[in-house]
Amino acid sequence: MKLKSWKELPEGAIIPGAPNSGEFKTGDWRTQKPVIDFDKCTHCHLCWLYCPDTSVLTKNGKITGFDYDHCKGCGICAEVCPPRIKAITMVKEEI
Amino acid sequence: MIMRNWTVPMEENLLEGHVACQGCLGALAMRLMLKGLGTNVAIAIPACCWTIISGDVLYHALKVPVFHTAFETAAITATGIKAGLTMRGKGDTTVLAWAGDGGTFDIGLQAISGAAERNEDIIYAVYDNEAYMNTGIQRSSATPYGAWTTTTPAKRPEDKPKKDLVEILAAHRIPYVATVTPAYPEDFLRKVEKAKKIKGFRFFHIFAPCPPGWKMPSDYSVKAARLAVQTKVFPLFEIENGERYTINYEYPKDVPVEDYLKLQGRFKHLFKTPEKIEHIKEQVKKRWDYLVMRHKLTHGTTDNIIRKVFYK
Amino acid sequence: MSFKKVLTGNHAVSYGATSARVQVISAYPITPQTTIVELLSEIVAEGKLDAIFVNVESEHSAMSACIGASAAGARAFTATSAQGLALMHEMLHWAAGARLPIVMANVNRAMAPPWSIWTEQNDSLSQRDTGWMQFYVESNQEAYDYVILAYKVAEKVLLPAMLVLDAFVLSHTSEPVEIYDQDKVDEFLPPYEPKYAIEPGKPISYGALSKPDTYMEFRYKIQRSMEEAVKVIEEETAKFNEMFGRNYGIVEPYMMDDADYVIVSSGAMTSTVRAAVHEMREEGKKVGLLKMKTFRPFPFEKVREYLSGRKKVAVLDRNISFGHHGIFYEEIKSAMYSVEPRVPIHGYILGLGGRDVTKQDIKEIYDDLIKREEISEIIWKGVKL
Repeated sequence: MKLKSWKELPEGAIIPGAPNSGEFKTGDWRTQKPVIDFDKCTHCHLCWLYCPDTSVLTKNGKITGFDYDHCKGCGICAEVCPPRIKAITMVKEEI
Repeated sequence: MIMRNWTVPMEENLLEGHVACQGCLGALAMRLMLKGLGTNVAIAIPACCWTIISGDVLYHALKVPVFHTAFETAAITATGIKAGLTMRGKGDTTVLAWAGDGGTFDIGLQAISGAAERNEDIIYAVYDNEAYMNTGIQRSSATPYGAWTTTTPAKRPEDKPKKDLVEILAAHRIPYVATVTPAYPEDFLRKVEKAKKIKGFRFFHIFAPCPPGWKMPSDYSVKAARLAVQTKVFPLFEIENGERYTINYEYPKDVPVEDYLKLQGRFKHLFKTPEKIEHIKEQVKKRWDYLVMRHKLTHGTTDNIIRKVFYK
Repeated sequence: MSFKKVLTGNHAVSYGATSARVQVISAYPITPQTTIVELLSEIVAEGKLDAIFVNVESEHSAMSACIGASAAGARAFTATSAQGLALMHEMLHWAAGARLPIVMANVNRAMAPPWSIWTEQNDSLSQRDTGWMQFYVESNQEAYDYVILAYKVAEKVLLPAMLVLDAFVLSHTSEPVEIYDQDKVDEFLPPYEPKYAIEPGKPISYGALSKPDTYMEFRYKIQRSMEEAVKVIEEETAKFNEMFGRNYGIVEPYMMDDADYVIVSSGAMTSTVRAAVHEMREEGKKVGLLKMKTFRPFPFEKVREYLSGRKKVAVLDRNISFGHHGIFYEEIKSAMYSVEPRVPIHGYILGLGGRDVTKQDIKEIYDDLIKREEISEIIWKGVKL
């Protein structure tokens, strides 16, 4: 990313326009990643609800996976997945 | 999204790519807060973890405008924003002051008291992680008795009780004070939606565990917050107009405070001094009994307190 | 129609804020500023000014409220003095860094301890490096005018501005002040149109963390705007003079044309210097006065233009930078460093803590100045030795 010159940077250190944090990839912070077993998943959405990183993907009422570009691997999704279901496991990241 | 019998707005106003630590409930708190408030919102953020979380000068993670301000000024900057918006015909915008416990319990208290006393039409929310986490886990007046921090080392841990800020705010006779935690999102969102409709100074005390600061794995933060509620370390309640107390939830089973403490490295040393744990238990019980008494005074009964097992 | 009213300097400021149609006022009481905001709260209560008045619990909060309001795109105003200004210090940096065109009146008052409520410039000059423009006014008319002018300049260059008036000598002394026709003021100072503002639907982030790879550019921008402000002040002052029949400048010379000796002054004591210079001129002494109306941005060019080629210059300072010299003295000396041939400049400290500055004092300073052979950087006038 090319850094802006003083003329291009707005007064008061403002970021105008739409929120753009999605461009910043936090996925590489991860040491373990969530993996979901769709045979077990009941789409209760607790993992989605508790994700601090807005990284559990959902579409039409169904969980569809994880945003690995941004998921930091905190493990909350696996932890809050109901004990009788346990559809999510945390797997060590291989490089 | 319909969760059992309640609806969670799908709209995400906290975007991915923010830079909170793994498992940060301060981040989840914002996500839930903005699900409740929507986007007709402006936020003032003083020095706190959120100074960093929302992104540096090149990135912005929120779908609402944010004004970063000095440590002690969240309440008054929000007041100023509200006044400015009102003068520009945008007085229907919810202005939110969003601060950490240091900026609220300590350095920001004077401005909060001023804004509360004038009943400014803003929402003040403190995401309380019980120490100065952004500067590296120093003790604040929100740090609980017995806790380790980098300025209250294990050899001489915090020896004072956590400041009872909610009571201080209630003493200002403001329309609404609530305690919430992202671990109980239904309760959290219900209160946000309720507060949104109230005019005047509204205060949220958000219990927001911090895995690195509390010395626990990142996946424990929701668990820790649930245990804090279940053990009554952090009761969920509301105070309306400084006098109407409502306890919103009581876990139907007794959970020992130790279950909450042993989850966290910051309390590890306490298990060598059982009398200190006893002291904590006494304080927790005292506080709970007081709240029950106030609830009873308000409602004439305690039967209306919700006592269900939501989550294990 | 414009009309004349006998007003104290403070009330002239209140009228100035009213004419400027400020939208959010936030203040905390401190002598000798208080009557500015007392009158403003009355004007707002009577509905003569459409504004929100926020009674805060400290000056720090007064400035913070102005910052929030200005960030939301409203015209914001506050007033303070001495300890209050010092308490605001952190937020003065904030206002300038966030590029908010807030205007504040500071009634110059000496810093404690020991307690003093009388005039001295150390309070405002201690805020030198905060990024605020500073205008030192001499009369109540100027106090009124410079609220309006300050907003015009501030909103053009996106930097906050402070007008500075002396405790009691101006703040509590009455003079006739011309209050202008509102339509004319509106023509000179149209409503504030913010370049960026905190408002719903525009998810901007304002002042987030700037790493070493961006911070310096933001500082450079402020400096550029300050430099540009010199020109903007001169242009807007010229327009103001034409519209309202004034004769202001970024600095203001008096009997300077053929002056061999120049006395540099600022604030209310300038009127005393003016009278003394006038009398000395009648005695045949070739002396002039240069009034430093503007302190930030520092008017280098004009200072060099007016002081070059003089035999000697005396700079009067109602302030002191401990361990250094008078503050105006240092600034003027540094501005004149590059001028050849070197102009001998002498620094006089006087009138601290509201001690009277008389015509006799100024005449004695002149007598002292012409006798001095070695440059004296710090001469204490009137201190009991």
